[in-house]
Amino acid sequence: MRTPYLVNLGKVGDIPLGQGICYIVKGTEIAVFRSREKKLFAVENKCPHRQGPLSEGVIGSGKVICPLHGHKFDLTTGQGTEKGECVRTFEIWEERGEIVLNIPGDLLNIKEE
Amino acid sequence: MQKKLVVIGNGMAGARVVEEILKRAPGMFEIVMFGAEPYGNYNRILLSNVLNQSQRAEETFLNPLSWYHENEITLHAGVRAVKIDTQKRCVLGYPLPAKVNAYELYEGSFDQGALVSESYDHVIIATGSRPFVPPIEGQSLSGVFLFRTIDDCQRIAEFAQGCRKAVVIGGGLLGLEAARGLLTHNVEVTVIEAVNQLMPVQLDAESGEMLKRTLEAMGIRVIVSGRTQRIHHDHNKITGLALQDGTLLETDMVIISTGIRPITEIAQASGITVNKGIVCNDTMQTNVPEIFALGECVEHRGKIYGLVDPIWDQARVLADVITGANPSARYEGSKTSTKLKVMGVDLVSIGIKDAEKPSDEIVLYRELRRNIYKKIIIRDKKVIGAILLGDTEYADTLAQVFLTEQAVPENPSELLFGAVEGKALINAADLPDHAQICNCNGVCKKDIVNVILNEDCKSVSAVGAKTKAGKGCGSCRGMIAQIIESCLGKVSYDPAEHYYVPGIPLEKSQLVAEIRAKQLKSVSAVFAALTAGREDADSKIGLASLLKTIWPGQYEDERDARFINDRVHANIQRDGTFSVVPRIYGGVTSPDELMRIAQVAIKYKVRMVKLTGGQRIDLLGVQKSDLPSIWRDLGIPSGHAYTKAFRTCKSCVGTDFCRYGLGDSISLSQEIERRYQGIESPHKMKLATAGCPRNCSEAYVKDVGAVAIGEDNWEIYIGGASGGTVRKGDLLYTAKGHEETIKIFGRFMQYYREHAKYLERTYGFVERIGIDILKSILIEDSLGICSQLDDRIQEAVDAYRDPWKEEAALPAYEHQFEGPRLVEVLREANNNG
Ligand SMILES: Cc1cc2nc3c(=O)[nH]c(=O)nc-3n(C[C@H](O)[C@H](O)[C@H](O)COP(=O)(O)OP(=O)(O)OC[C@H]3O[C@@H](n4cnc5c(N)ncnc54)[C@H](O)[C@@H]3O)c2cc1C
Ligand code: SF4
Ligand code: FES
Repeated sequence: MRTPYLVNLGKVGDIPLGQGICYIVKGTEIAVFRSREKKLFAVENKCPHRQGPLSEGVIGSGKVICPLHGHKFDLTTGQGTEKGECVRTFEIWEERGEIVLNIPGDLLNIKEE
Repeated sequence: MQKKLVVIGNGMAGARVVEEILKRAPGMFEIVMFGAEPYGNYNRILLSNVLNQSQRAEETFLNPLSWYHENEITLHAGVRAVKIDTQKRCVLGYPLPAKVNAYELYEGSFDQGALVSESYDHVIIATGSRPFVPPIEGQSLSGVFLFRTIDDCQRIAEFAQGCRKAVVIGGGLLGLEAARGLLTHNVEVTVIEAVNQLMPVQLDAESGEMLKRTLEAMGIRVIVSGRTQRIHHDHNKITGLALQDGTLLETDMVIISTGIRPITEIAQASGITVNKGIVCNDTMQTNVPEIFALGECVEHRGKIYGLVDPIWDQARVLADVITGANPSARYEGSKTSTKLKVMGVDLVSIGIKDAEKPSDEIVLYRELRRNIYKKIIIRDKKVIGAILLGDTEYADTLAQVFLTEQAVPENPSELLFGAVEGKALINAADLPDHAQICNCNGVCKKDIVNVILNEDCKSVSAVGAKTKAGKGCGSCRGMIAQIIESCLGKVSYDPAEHYYVPGIPLEKSQLVAEIRAKQLKSVSAVFAALTAGREDADSKIGLASLLKTIWPGQYEDERDARFINDRVHANIQRDGTFSVVPRIYGGVTSPDELMRIAQVAIKYKVRMVKLTGGQRIDLLGVQKSDLPSIWRDLGIPSGHAYTKAFRTCKSCVGTDFCRYGLGDSISLSQEIERRYQGIESPHKMKLATAGCPRNCSEAYVKDVGAVAIGEDNWEIYIGGASGGTVRKGDLLYTAKGHEETIKIFGRFMQYYREHAKYLERTYGFVERIGIDILKSILIEDSLGICSQLDDRIQEAVDAYRDPWKEEAALPAYEHQFEGPRLVEVLREANNNG
């Protein structure tokens, strides 16, 4: 069973439309994007290719393009376009204008049962 | 009962013959493969591309491991077969110890407990060959490499990182491909060839010399008639290399590429006849009836081949015979042609290289200025050899005429320059079904026709996606188009190849027309109008650049449509920090500016201060959040080093100081840079002015360059390049005075901005349009658009703002320069399960 640990990341409006911001949660960098259709996405910030910062990438139709070498990742599934590349995704949503992130226990160094 | 087939060697030949067998008789054999390399199989010929970084290692894989699984093939990867016991009918092998190269002559011991033994009914040997290494002292030092496998590629690339200089011993095909590959790793490369010319097997003396010049112009140093004696080292670190004539060369690494030798130990150990290679008859059978062989390890009719082309034929015959699909199939030898896969050099060699009999007829064309050489050798009205250097446009036709032994046309120059009146010289429609069209991937006409008719492939790229044809060196793409045409009446171009951005199905001119007609001024407006609002990440940046060109001053900027560099006006580095390059007009700075730069470097702990190739200063390793205050402290405008735009105009010291100067190159370049700074374009534009044709500022190889020739006359060159591609610009016009020079510069730049494809550099653009056409449009005003071009570039100039100045004072949007945010997790959650 996964226990939800919810973290408030602050105002939705902080993230410029169509862009991303990197949040560091317990030492893990998480890229959070807000698309022009006002949807939120959260993925691990470090590109599996060479650790490029995905939060600086261009997004569109549910994809992010890594700024360093252009590898692409699906923001919902984390699946990359390059063989064997995949980033972790996190549950995220908006509540009364604030961003809520559901962080899995392993990021908090808590053993799951 | 199912028979058991053991294949030794999982390279190009081994995998290919298995594919051919499965095509004919799936399920007929239980198949087991031994492969000394710890991988599935890959396309060895693409390793040159891996080394020159145009392809990644994964892209060379031919069959993934799942293919073996699906076809129920047992693969012993990383296992070397050492003996075929023909009495007991089994093949014995051992895992290769780590660190032993797959092709190494290994005489150490194996882990006896790990013995792999496979019984067989038939064996196919496809062990390929290994690099041949001549006696050179020091050849086993670390830093000396051979070039045969993926692992070699990786080792070379890794080692090159710490090197400044490299030497390639061997000026044959592979050596030159290796040398070109090393260039992309930023090392200085010298090639040493033992005989007196490059590629002695494929080229005659004159083309060998011309190739040498071509490579030297790319920055590869070439030494011919050089015999390496020893490699010097200091505590096992390579320092240099000595030739027999006493020459000493400094180097940090060495690649030896001096030929190949068939791998035959296992055949020898098993009582199979070996001469230079494993001897086979016309059915690819060895002297032991149930054992066959193919590929580079084979000697057939006294010949050994070192190319993939013969392998495709051998694999077909072997599969026909062993499956009984066509027991009378015979391999009668192959005619070969070779293409050098070196970026920036077009070279094809076919058949013999020099006339052999007095009656052999030679057709020759040479052009020293452009380094073009074309030669055909004709005997009894047939082509028996050809060399094409510098221009290989008709190489595929020529190769077909050679392979199919067609009579040469009445006017043999048509073989070199194409037929007059556009009629095709040989029609692919007339070729037999089994004629091989793509030599790199061994695809014959029948397979191509099949996907055209049965799988709805209407374009060259669609055929390639299905059959791999045209996806190696690409020289057969013309033939593929002909075949499509003969089957369907016409070739469809995969329209997507011509879209300006991938997400909107319009070519550039159509897209511009839509944008103008609908008055679309922002990227989101374009998506809303043309894709029903569906935003495509891959299209955003290209659209933003285009809109800015179309609507100078009116474009509605949306930062999410910009690449990160353009969001924050700095260049992102591999570690996520940024670099800052202030503008230094014409490369002339002042003590005061230098002092401010120095102070900034100290205050913000800039990791490195580096002079750039564009006569400027780069501050590297800057944090995003420091950018605005750095700009403020510098008080110098942005150098736009991070974006697709006008970058710099370099200059030499010209008449101000140089004793050769014929023109005031400094003030001209400053005027140009002040006028055109920051103008965005499909790709970057790097300019220069030179005070005389000595060209110290490299104006001949810039996107646009001006060279003084006296009396305030300036030659204007366009489409030069000196990066990954090297090209001398074409002379567009000789202008009188600075003002006219600057105007023509702007006119060309505007034309390029409006008509180039996104990310097309000027060298590609100028080549695509043609210098003569550009002269007529931009100088003679054949389309009557010159004054409009001049007006529109003026608008772009007027719209210029220094982004640093503006956004240092007031960020374009909130959080523009913010770094990662630390989130505090307040509630330290307990595990309550
Ligand atoms: C960098 C490079 C570029 C090239 N470019 C071209 C080109 O442009 N055009 C062209 O036509 N040709 C080119 N070639 C040549 C082409 O790659 C070869 O002709 C072809 O790979 C030969 O195929 P093969 O199966 O006979 O040998 P290989 O592909 O070498 O396969 C043999 C395999 O068998 C394995 N093996 C050997 N002994 C044993 C054993 N006892 N047990 C188990 N496994 C064993 C080897 O490790 C190897 O993996 C190039 C070669 C290289 C290295
Ligand atoms: S290009 Fe001519 S004028 Fe300029 S520095 Fe060189 S020699 Fe002098
Ligand atoms: S680091 Fe992301 S693509 Fe290379």
